[in-house]
Amino acid sequence: MFGGLFGKPKSKDKVKERLKLVLSYDRAKLSPGKMEELKNELLDVIAKYFPPEQGEQGLEDFDVKLEQHGDRMVLVADLPVQR
Amino acid sequence: MNAKAIVITSGKGGVGKTTTTANVGASLAQLGEKVLVIDTDVGLRNLDVVMGLEGRVVYDLIDVFEGRCRLKQAIIRDKRVENLHLLAASQTRDKSALSEERMRETVRLVLEEEEFDRVLIDSPAGIESGFQTAASAAGGGLVVVNPEVSSVRDADRIIGLLEAREIREIRLIINRLRPDMVKRGDMLEVDDILEILGVKLIGIVPEDEKIIVSTNLGNPISLGESSRSGSGQAFRNIARRMKGEDIPHASFEGSSGLLSGIRRLFGGR
Repeated sequence: MFGGLFGKPKSKDKVKERLKLVLSYDRAKLSPGKMEELKNELLDVIAKYFPPEQGEQGLEDFDVKLEQHGDRMVLVADLPVQR
Repeated sequence: MNAKAIVITSGKGGVGKTTTTANVGASLAQLGEKVLVIDTDVGLRNLDVVMGLEGRVVYDLIDVFEGRCRLKQAIIRDKRVENLHLLAASQTRDKSALSEERMRETVRLVLEEEEFDRVLIDSPAGIESGFQTAASAAGGGLVVVNPEVSSVRDADRIIGLLEAREIREIRLIINRLRPDMVKRGDMLEVDDILEILGVKLIGIVPEDEKIIVSTNLGNPISLGESSRSGSGQAFRNIARRMKGEDIPHASFEGSSGLLSGIRRLFGGR
């Protein structure tokens, strides 16, 4: 916890973060590339119901990720529909 | 651990399955259990040399499977430790000679007819038929992991496969931990690995040169003169915990704790 503030970043924090991410894909049996496809297809569907208004960029804040909730793996889609 | 037949596995190769099997087996025998260690790495057998029993192998697991000898004839008694026995893998065959059904039957006979208290099954690396055969006869699992990325990932996969086999009693052995690197923040610490894998810990074995020496000599480290060493003690404690003793884990804490953080603020380590 002090590493980030008072010293150089620790390699073990990096490997822990990488492991958590790769294991979430492993456990869900989903490759990161497939996840990107899923995200893009979801975007198309959502855009049908929340069409971007004139001058708006669209849904660039859209984020889909896998999260471990207890012993369940959960697909979380985070989408702000109104700014 | 309640399970009498326990598979020692890891997914990844070279993390210390065979050394763990030899040392935990020897320690359990010293605690009075009648122990059989079985090598299921057909074609790449090594438990015999790690235990220093390579000169005494006559029959092996596949000979038993295929009826070329009786089970009793293939079980080698370790003369140094009362109660410790080895059933070697075949070195000249390959994994296709394995059979889950024969494995289960053999382990059943070892426990029921030969009256062993515990069977430790040393699994080959990988997730294919060798591992599956080793796991098929087990009621519990010891998963050996090193504190590094590929080993932790493979351990997660193996834990999933053990759970899919309804093996519920799964315990983790963190092997080859380097306390100096943990202190520097350059190695995953015990709590990180437990958080990631979500299984119960049964032992932490520090990296130890003496393991190489004792393996050179064919003496499980938990038996020999160096029995006071860190790793020998760690293996003996694993055996005691398997028997239900409540022994606290040695602390190899890292630098992320509050105290060490404060210490670092004042220029210490």
